[in-house]
Amino acid sequence: MTDPIRRRRLGLQRLRDIRRKPMEPAVAPSEGAEVFRACPKCGESSSKLKLNENQMVCPACGYHYPIGAYYRLHILVDRGSFQELDGGAPVADPLDFPNYPDKLEALREKTGLRDALLTGTCRIDGYRAVIGVLDGSFLMGSMGAAVGERLALAVEYADAHHLPLIVFSASGGARMQEGIVSLMQMAKTSAALARFSERGGFYLSVFTHPTTGGVTASFASLGDVLLAEPGALIGFAGPRVIEQTVGQKLPEGFQTAEYLEEHGFLDQIVDRRALRATIAQLLGLHGYKRRRTL
Amino acid sequence: MTMIQEIEARLTGLEQEEASLSGDETVNALRRRQIARERGELLETCRTLTPADKVWLARHNARPGVADYLGALFTDFFEQKGDRLCAEDPSILGGVARFHNRPVTVIGHRKGRTLEENLKYNFGMPSPEGYRKARRLMAQAEKFGRPIITFIDTPGAYPGLEAEARGQGEAIARCLADMSMLTVPVIAVVTGEGGSGGALALGVANEVLMLEHAVYSVLSPEGFAAILWKDSSRSSEACDVMKLTAQDLRALGVIDEIIPEPLGGAHRDPQAVYDALDQMLSKSLSMLSKQSGAQLAENRYQKFRAMGAVKEDK
Repeated sequence: MTDPIRRRRLGLQRLRDIRRKPMEPAVAPSEGAEVFRACPKCGESSSKLKLNENQMVCPACGYHYPIGAYYRLHILVDRGSFQELDGGAPVADPLDFPNYPDKLEALREKTGLRDALLTGTCRIDGYRAVIGVLDGSFLMGSMGAAVGERLALAVEYADAHHLPLIVFSASGGARMQEGIVSLMQMAKTSAALARFSERGGFYLSVFTHPTTGGVTASFASLGDVLLAEPGALIGFAGPRVIEQTVGQKLPEGFQTAEYLEEHGFLDQIVDRRALRATIAQLLGLHGYKRRRTL
Repeated sequence: MTMIQEIEARLTGLEQEEASLSGDETVNALRRRQIARERGELLETCRTLTPADKVWLARHNARPGVADYLGALFTDFFEQKGDRLCAEDPSILGGVARFHNRPVTVIGHRKGRTLEENLKYNFGMPSPEGYRKARRLMAQAEKFGRPIITFIDTPGAYPGLEAEARGQGEAIARCLADMSMLTVPVIAVVTGEGGSGGALALGVANEVLMLEHAVYSVLSPEGFAAILWKDSSRSSEACDVMKLTAQDLRALGVIDEIIPEPLGGAHRDPQAVYDALDQMLSKSLSMLSKQSGAQLAENRYQKFRAMGAVKEDK
């Protein structure tokens, strides 16, 4: 069932792919040019190759397709610069929830991720940073003990090495299968960030589609600067829960990044294709220095 | 219907009967003795309650709430309203009071007892303004070196349109972050329902106490069943797997001490609960008061930093 060596190899292979050929399309050109995807927003068909060149943003309407953690690094960080941070993948099953550890193992095997949060050090346009990316394909990016622990370790690493911290969120919230322990991760991550902030560390939080629940109500909202990708759903209670509570249909565009920006909860909405430049600009503005060598 | 509901109904029936006894005194005295015995037997069956029973008790309308504790354990209470930004949220009650003569800041979720009160206090479900008021009061406690005692009793933060528009997530996150840095003693008491992030927002404490039949969970059992099994009617099954009782949570290290309740629940004899809580609060407070501000912040940080750091799998 579990082959830790194979799992590890799969993950490392993906990381190597990112390091060696970060700007190559994830699909082979011969294949990608013929495979088409219809945009869920405007219906326009684009070849996978075209989408890939466009960082999975619809060329016609600008719809941002949800992307995984590895692809995020692929389009964002400098070639060969990402190094995963070790540790912090506890298997917490405090509720003895049926099949949960098996499900985790299967997902680890399938995705090459150790849990929903991938953390490491990287360089973005020459700026060194600690980065964390939540992957929505791993139990909806939900936060359990492993996500909380890995985030806290990343914060502590950034603090110890005087590096800026960048976190991309995409999450359904707390991981129900871990019960109260998942709730406590909200306190743990918030506490780690409060310390980091007090010591002068710079934390940039980027909301991507969708970010809700306990992640919104903890680390994702605590950035010195808060950014979001266009159209991202961001909220505490999900739209379905609110509709059931207030018993009415929610207005068009409710809980989108645009709505949050209008209500004062975001610094800016930034197109995925401009994020690399924006992040580099922000790191420069906060006094970090570019270094070209690894 | 859970077992405790049946017991509660029969106890209420006996109490009503006892109150309405009239006529021959010798017959009445006999019946009174019978009632007392039946009552005692019924209460004995409350020694073993299921998690679903505890959820029902934790939500009981007559269960003591923050206002009751303020009246019974504190003196000289001065309420402080408002978040200084836009509104006052009465579902969180807060202010300064004396605990055994020592000024402390008290903050707690308020549900109210009558329907009118329930509506006024939004059934104990705070809006962002409530959490921002709590942060304001905590910052003042920090400034004046007052210990903070919080009372947790909420189904969760209010999941509504306006609450979202005004940043419910951000308000809770800031509460968590700010609480973790305080250099004064912080004690949280889970008195009823500790529901989700809305409860935890007042729970980043040095010592977390919990009433014997209170519950504390990532989400309501109904919500848990709806998310994991797409069926909110399986809530009693959810109660069994969620480990939401004080006994389970102490085993998991999420809470520190359990305050015993009288048989049948806190509402059957509130004074007994006040006495037990008073003792435990005094003990915790004097223990925490021996620590320096830096130690308090560090210990609180380490307490939450360690949560969930179990078996490492590499």
